[in-house]
Amino acid sequence: MNEDIIITEDLTKKFGSFIACDKISFSVKKGEIFGFLGANGAGKTTAIRMLCGLILPTSGKATIGGFDIYKDTEKIKLNIGYMSQKFSLYEDLTVKENIQFYGGIYRLSPKDIKERSKQLIGELGLESSENSLIKSLPLGWRQKLAFSIAIQHEPKIVFLDEPTSGVDPVTRRQFWDLIYKAAGRGISVFVTTHYMDEAEYCGRVSMMVAGKIEAMGTPKELKSRFNSGSMYEVFLHLARGAK
Amino acid sequence: MKKFTGFFIKECLHLIRDYRTMMILIGMPVIQIILFGFAIRNELNSVNIGILDKSKDEITTELTSKILSSEYFILKEYFTDERQIDTSFKKGHIKEVIIFESGFAEKLKKEGRAEVQIITDASEPNMANLALSYTTSIIQNYSMTLSKGKDQPLIISPEIKMLYNEELKSVFMFVPGIMATLLMLISAMMTSITITKEKEFGTMEVLLASPLKPYQIIFGKVAPYLLLSLVNLALILWISTSVFGMPVRGSYLLLIAECSLFITTALSLGILISTVTSSMQVAMMISLVGLMMPTVLLSGFIFPIENMPWPLQWISHILPAKWFVIIIKNIMLKGTGFSYVYKETAVLVLMTVFLLGLSIKKFKTRL
Repeated sequence: MNEDIIITEDLTKKFGSFIACDKISFSVKKGEIFGFLGANGAGKTTAIRMLCGLILPTSGKATIGGFDIYKDTEKIKLNIGYMSQKFSLYEDLTVKENIQFYGGIYRLSPKDIKERSKQLIGELGLESSENSLIKSLPLGWRQKLAFSIAIQHEPKIVFLDEPTSGVDPVTRRQFWDLIYKAAGRGISVFVTTHYMDEAEYCGRVSMMVAGKIEAMGTPKELKSRFNSGSMYEVFLHLARGAK
Repeated sequence: MKKFTGFFIKECLHLIRDYRTMMILIGMPVIQIILFGFAIRNELNSVNIGILDKSKDEITTELTSKILSSEYFILKEYFTDERQIDTSFKKGHIKEVIIFESGFAEKLKKEGRAEVQIITDASEPNMANLALSYTTSIIQNYSMTLSKGKDQPLIISPEIKMLYNEELKSVFMFVPGIMATLLMLISAMMTSITITKEKEFGTMEVLLASPLKPYQIIFGKVAPYLLLSLVNLALILWISTSVFGMPVRGSYLLLIAECSLFITTALSLGILISTVTSSMQVAMMISLVGLMMPTVLLSGFIFPIENMPWPLQWISHILPAKWFVIIIKNIMLKGTGFSYVYKETAVLVLMTVFLLGLSIKKFKTRL
């Protein structure tokens, strides 16, 4: 269980003179839920995009599942799942078709896809609507489905970029149940959020302020270090410190 | 390949689900061809005319029946008095009046010339011009037959012959243009929209984070539209040949090959547009204003390029549609082979290679 899935060292991304990510270093273990917290514009999305191979870092080192993010982007892409901030399922395709499509692009065999889609639909209790178009599903179900699809090829790590924004608290709780299940199967979860209550659910969190990681540790450690009762207070403390 | 198939299927599903757009894409060529073919005509058909025959001799009677049997004109009113003409014009009953002077046959025999007056309703200048030229040519024809065997011709007239489109059928001139416009519209606009749609919905990020390669994404997205364009091409050809009798004098194989080339050019333009914008609306505007309008106005299918001021002529040279229209006219109407259109084809190939290369390069560096 101690295998490191992500290791970054001084990872930096500059857009012109603006430094979106400033020398961030951290590691994520196998099966760990790593919360990547920060205010809007703190550089969370940039960090995720670098790790997924969508943009190249300006400097620094990082490996994912042992693959270098500069050289082995193709191999990395096969071993990660990604769920973007914006909604990532096709609204005009049915539940089944979405599962099949994403299974197909991750090179699953038709037999695997069939099995997994059956299992996945069963787990989510979507049997009655497997042939409905995504746009007819409630938002909460879509998000859960998007997550399940993002991990249907059993990646080593899944990146979730604010997966629960705009979702009601009950569905958010259910969503986190899915995350726990995935982590239990050994999939590392890298999740960004700005809901501080969700931070409490993470195994470890890092707090990002203005492109830098200001604090990192388990929620318990952070709370005691900053003498706060909740992650919300920890966050306020750090964010104010930046100003 | 397997990934590509999956992608292709998904893209086809998008297309089928959005059945309204699909109906428009398939219905448009049909409607356009029929509109251009039937409604917007340059040739004359069943024009109401009036005749005032002051002479009523054997020659005017014969000439009148010649004019009326031409199927271009319908005798609406037979006047006996010049004063009736004005009101008839004003009421819109007739578009043209032919007046034979009195003693027509006699004058023709004695003096070698007689006068016929033709008055047209020029509030519709196009129609008036056409009616006038049709009438004069019938009259001239007739006078030629009369002059035969005589020492001195009665009336001399130049013969006008329209090469390749003897009847001046406008549908022949419009079909190549419509083909260019529609293929451009479907291929360029639809591909640019379908790619920017993925960007707008955030699915592009997921695709780029997946093991799919950029070229697989592009080809997967573009292939269904290539198919749709070919279907449309078949429709246009079928309607224009079966309904309007448009000939395909050259080889079908060459025709289809050239059309596929043009479709590819348009598709690469669409991909290029999608790389410079990430919003569907902007992509649509660029395609409509930047591609459609110049294609319709400057490719030479409505307005002759030779009559344009030089800056516009220069612009028309960089329009793929201009070259395509030349090729199509050559193959369909003149029946020429590849050796006559290789230059235009080479221009299109160069354009395609350039656009495709540029867009794939731009697509990679994006995001």
